[in-house]
Amino acid sequence: MANIGWDEFEIGAMLRTFDGKIDDIAGTLQEDRAYSPNSSFVASVADWRIKKPVFNKDFCIDCQFCWVYCPDLSIIARDKKMIGVDMDHCKGCGICVEVCPTNPKSLLMFNEHTDEETALAQWPTKEEKE
Amino acid sequence: MAFDKMELKDIEVWDGNFAAAQALRQSQIDVVAAYPITPSTPIVEGYAKFLADGYIEGEFVMVESEHAAMSGCVGASAAGGRVATATSSQGFALMIEVLYQASGMRLPIILNVVNRALAAPLNVNGDHADMYLGRDSGWIQLGAYCPQDAYDLNFIAFKVAEDHDVRLPCMVHQDGFMTSHTAQGVHTLTDDVAYSFVGDFKPMNDMLDFEHPVTHGVQTEEDWHFEHKARQHNDLMTKVLPKIQAAFDSFEKLSGRKYNLVESYDMADADVCVVCMGSSVETAREVATEMRAKGIKAGVVGIRVIRPFPFMEIAEALKGVKAIAALDRSSPNGAPGMLFNEIAGALYNTADRAMLCGYIYGLGGRDLTKKHLANLYTELQANVDAGKITTQLQQFIGVRGPKLAFL
Repeated sequence: MANIGWDEFEIGAMLRTFDGKIDDIAGTLQEDRAYSPNSSFVASVADWRIKKPVFNKDFCIDCQFCWVYCPDLSIIARDKKMIGVDMDHCKGCGICVEVCPTNPKSLLMFNEHTDEETALAQWPTKEEKE
Repeated sequence: MAFDKMELKDIEVWDGNFAAAQALRQSQIDVVAAYPITPSTPIVEGYAKFLADGYIEGEFVMVESEHAAMSGCVGASAAGGRVATATSSQGFALMIEVLYQASGMRLPIILNVVNRALAAPLNVNGDHADMYLGRDSGWIQLGAYCPQDAYDLNFIAFKVAEDHDVRLPCMVHQDGFMTSHTAQGVHTLTDDVAYSFVGDFKPMNDMLDFEHPVTHGVQTEEDWHFEHKARQHNDLMTKVLPKIQAAFDSFEKLSGRKYNLVESYDMADADVCVVCMGSSVETAREVATEMRAKGIKAGVVGIRVIRPFPFMEIAEALKGVKAIAALDRSSPNGAPGMLFNEIAGALYNTADRAMLCGYIYGLGGRDLTKKHLANLYTELQANVDAGKITTQLQQFIGVRGPKLAFL
């Protein structure tokens, strides 16, 4: 946001999510919405994260548990299919991993600097029940 | 409108609380979130009864504390409703944190404050300690002297606070018990006339406008906080008093009752005058008249708008006066009183700087008697005759024990 003077902004310490009027926002995908620069959607908080979730689509059953439980709406799902994680807003809390029901899990936490290829290569195999 | 109207007599016998409750009914408040406290309880109780009886289309939110009451008001106001509540004393003190939120968020909430002392020692009676506690909170503060004022000033408060050029919350103060529980004749407005004066609520940046989503209650740090506070102060200093004056003017046309930013009584040729607030103004007026019969040119200045402080108007009202007493009904606890300081500030750069003394009186509901005021005027006249202040600058009135005077 530009460093404007005290007389140049709207009163009330309020911020608009969109510039101007919006229509059918519920029917518009996030990436297609014209968020204003003041919306938190356009701000990355990736640097809050110490560990990151990595998604392995080979095991995912699209149960949507991660989508339901993510406190930051950072699970990207389209047509009820899990696509991946919004890494600009994920804070690495690990809840998606915790609630993932597959065996092995379809989401696992890795160090922030581990690349996806390395992470997938380290993926555990199915745990056999005794 | 989906509610019943109430037939009122031209003059009703109401106490200050009921007068305020009637004003809330006639203004058709959408939401009252309240945690009742003596002596303000009958205001929100009155609203609740009017609501239950079908005279209001609104919502009464019962909460667990005054902090929650004002928080509920903030939410309802940000959502886009006409919102009011009432409190006193300890409840007011508990609201303080949220009062700053309300003004900073520019939400036009109306808070009826029935002035009461602050503990310790615990006390339910009227003084101005709670009113003084709110004076830096960024709210507009209007002061009623009697039930009639408490009724009228509520309408003025909505009119001013909700103006889109203002958008600041407003307190209407009345003295605990002396005004809130003393029944007097109150000239009423009909429901239609009262509502048309206040007008329909016009939302601004409301959260329920789904086509223009907003985030309220944002965080700013050193990069933005100062600009927001500066804007709020600017609007209080430049926009509010003219809007209050305009509301007073249109209210006078409607009701015949005239209010002023600073009320002056017998001030045209006054040598000595008392500046005070609340129900004391009426006592002082009576004594001033009696002093004039004894040859002392006495006058009274009543503060009607406490915040924003009418700095220039006070200086104008006190022009030509020789000795002034500033009466503070709150213990300043280690300083001159608030009114003393504000008036000193207003007069310091004027040519005829009158002699100014401060008096602390009436704490915890202690009476300010006519005799107290007669002695006070006599003391001011002695200052005039001597050409200098003959007492100390700060004195206590009506307290038992050895005379208390400082500075």
